[in-house]
Amino acid sequence: MFDFLDHYDLLGAFWTTVQLTVLSAIGSLIWGTVLAAMRVGPVPVMRGFGAAYVNIVRNTPLTVIILFTSLGLNQTLGISLGATNFDIINFRLAILGLTAYTAAFVCEALRAGINTVPVGQAEAARALGLSFPQVLSLVVLPQAFRSVVGPLTNVLIALTKNTTVAAAIGVAEAALLMKKMIENEAQLLLISAVIAFGFVCLTLPTGLILGWVGKKVAVKR
Amino acid sequence: MTEASMVKDSVATTDELVVLKSINKHFGALHVLQDIDLTIARGEVVVVIGPSGSGKSTLCRTINRLETIDSGEILIDGRPLPQEGKELARLRADVGMVFQSFNLFAHKTVLENVMLGQIKVRRTDKQKAEEKARALLDRVGVGAQADKYPAQLSGGQQQRVAIARALAMDPKVMLFDEPTSALDPEMINEVLEVMQQLARDGMTMVVVTHEMGFARSAANRVVFMADGRIVEEAAPEQFFSNPRSDRAKDFLSKILHH
Repeated sequence: MFDFLDHYDLLGAFWTTVQLTVLSAIGSLIWGTVLAAMRVGPVPVMRGFGAAYVNIVRNTPLTVIILFTSLGLNQTLGISLGATNFDIINFRLAILGLTAYTAAFVCEALRAGINTVPVGQAEAARALGLSFPQVLSLVVLPQAFRSVVGPLTNVLIALTKNTTVAAAIGVAEAALLMKKMIENEAQLLLISAVIAFGFVCLTLPTGLILGWVGKKVAVKR
Repeated sequence: MTEASMVKDSVATTDELVVLKSINKHFGALHVLQDIDLTIARGEVVVVIGPSGSGKSTLCRTINRLETIDSGEILIDGRPLPQEGKELARLRADVGMVFQSFNLFAHKTVLENVMLGQIKVRRTDKQKAEEKARALLDRVGVGAQADKYPAQLSGGQQQRVAIARALAMDPKVMLFDEPTSALDPEMINEVLEVMQQLARDGMTMVVVTHEMGFARSAANRVVFMADGRIVEEAAPEQFFSNPRSDRAKDFLSKILHH
């Protein structure tokens, strides 16, 4: 029944999915943290930029963002992100698009976390003579992150599934392979089930492990 | 307004460490600090008392600019309080602060709490910072709790750690914003004893408190505030036995006789 799978590189496609997920997760965690820092910071211009970025990017369909990276950044502006191979360019553009999109959600989750940290924590840190970046990085953000492991897990799971949009610009990940298999084989339900199962294999452990981590690192008050 | 006119004792001020000159501050329509003048000498212990909402906590918090002021001037060790930025951070490091709600860093151990400022602000190396932190924790009597997290300590222990954390910066002056108000009654004394000891050691202290016993025994001067003004300043004996303003008489009659 599963014989037809031998003709396809299913593991390779899912490996690409994993790479897209992990690299975009790291990128969006960093960029999202920077955005959150801007949004809670004392500089009005940065606060304005952060708010505008989040509201624009969060409300734009991911497909539009991913297509823009390819049609706009690459084909119109000629940005190739340091690669010459077409596949590698698209892979990197997809990571860029996914990072830009997911960072808006990371930022908002983190901002909610910052609001759970009592204002006295930052006051005590300032009273010791720590600078604003130090207050944020040493006292506020470490506590904020611990309180939003759950919401960030949701973002990560959504990101894992959102990587399928990269198929729109030809990145050879699981969804693109699925499309190819559906075109070539008369096994629609089976193929869908296999791909869906693949994603469950990625996201279910993610949820379980991070759920455990969230409990482990929670700050007791 | 004869009531609000200030009655002031001539206290010898040789070396001025904290100087507040005609400070005004509003919270919206509320004029919370009204023309406050206060000078604190090096080594002096000043206790600020007064009814709730009189502005005493706000006054305490303006000294390290956790609250900004609308007008007036604040000098610390002869230098004006700078605007927000690196300068201000440097100055805050010299002004220790102890809060009503302790505000120990919840994600760090007791020892790390006392080491953080030394390492990140004073750039002390880790080894020395730890030695000093342990010594200070022993001094305030919580050395055995060094590796626990704040949430595992009693309120009194947490507040003593907070005092150690402030002392670790070698501050020129210590601000106490109602340090015992959030404590169970049986834990108040252990904190007051540490503060008494600090006062005896010659630390300059500004203490906002409702503990009249501490004011009597440790203060060089009592500042009585009401409705955003300093109504009376006097030596504690003088203030408690013979308050001169009606507002202070009224306040003392309500808290001392029952």
